[in-house]
Amino acid sequence: MRKKFKGQWYFLIIVLIIYLILLLVNYSAFLVSISFFINLFKKIIPSFLLVFLLLFIIDYFVNSLSITKHFKEKSIRKYIYALIGGTIASGPPYLWYPLLKDLNQKGVSYGVIACFLYCRSIKIPYLPLLIFYFGFKYTLILSIIMLIMSVIQGMIIDKIIKQNI
Amino acid sequence: MPTFKQSFKKSLKGIYSFIPLLIGTMLLVSLISLIPKSFYSSIFTGSFFDVLTGSVFGSILAGNPLTSYVLGGELFKQGISLIAVTAFLVSWATVGVIQFPVESITLGKKFTLIRNILSFIFSILVAIITVTLYNLL
Repeated sequence: MRKKFKGQWYFLIIVLIIYLILLLVNYSAFLVSISFFINLFKKIIPSFLLVFLLLFIIDYFVNSLSITKHFKEKSIRKYIYALIGGTIASGPPYLWYPLLKDLNQKGVSYGVIACFLYCRSIKIPYLPLLIFYFGFKYTLILSIIMLIMSVIQGMIIDKIIKQNI
Repeated sequence: MPTFKQSFKKSLKGIYSFIPLLIGTMLLVSLISLIPKSFYSSIFTGSFFDVLTGSVFGSILAGNPLTSYVLGGELFKQGISLIAVTAFLVSWATVGVIQFPVESITLGKKFTLIRNILSFIFSILVAIITVTLYNLL
């Protein structure tokens, strides 16, 4: 966690160095980029505050055990629970790998895990920013298609990797 | 269940650790304004292969989806087709080339390989279906 945190700051420092070089080499290009950045920053702030609020609400009301306890349900229901879990699960995917491995060893199929990982790409807290850039209609269509594809991927993987559960 | 204070702190910490990445990305994206549109037209030719290009770029790059929204959104504003940008957004979030070693160690090589190949193919399909429906509805 600490390593990742540091990496993010290094990334910002490298970008700032690029800007410093730009400032020295081409001042007018620097001004164009900075004004673009300021405009972008002002536009994104409201969406970013909403992202924080949604992150907080989800973390407060949902925990990892309540997300994964239904993953061993029969038929299509297990995928539905994986969909719900995946969309509300927070944090980067690799944080979930140990828990998913444990669940797999306890009988949860690879298809359900794939479904969970795929629909993690639909992050409810982040949707305001997607709407900001692409509009509500696009966001809604994309989210629905992604949810359907999550289940299809889960079913395909369950067909390919058969486990003795 | 976490307390109000714990959740607030955790969310604040999550956002705080993401701020340098977001600002860095926004600064990088702002440099896009300096790149002439002819550069994009040399990569994204407006053909069907744009969707493939978008998927390949999205698969290689990795990080928080918020970053891809900013990057994809600004690329879209620069005139890149919606289908290519959608493929980019979807593959960014679902294909994990960077995370492949960790995922394969934890969940198995076979599963990781199949999942990533399927996710790559699906990113193209999702882009085509989404943009088709978006234009039709």
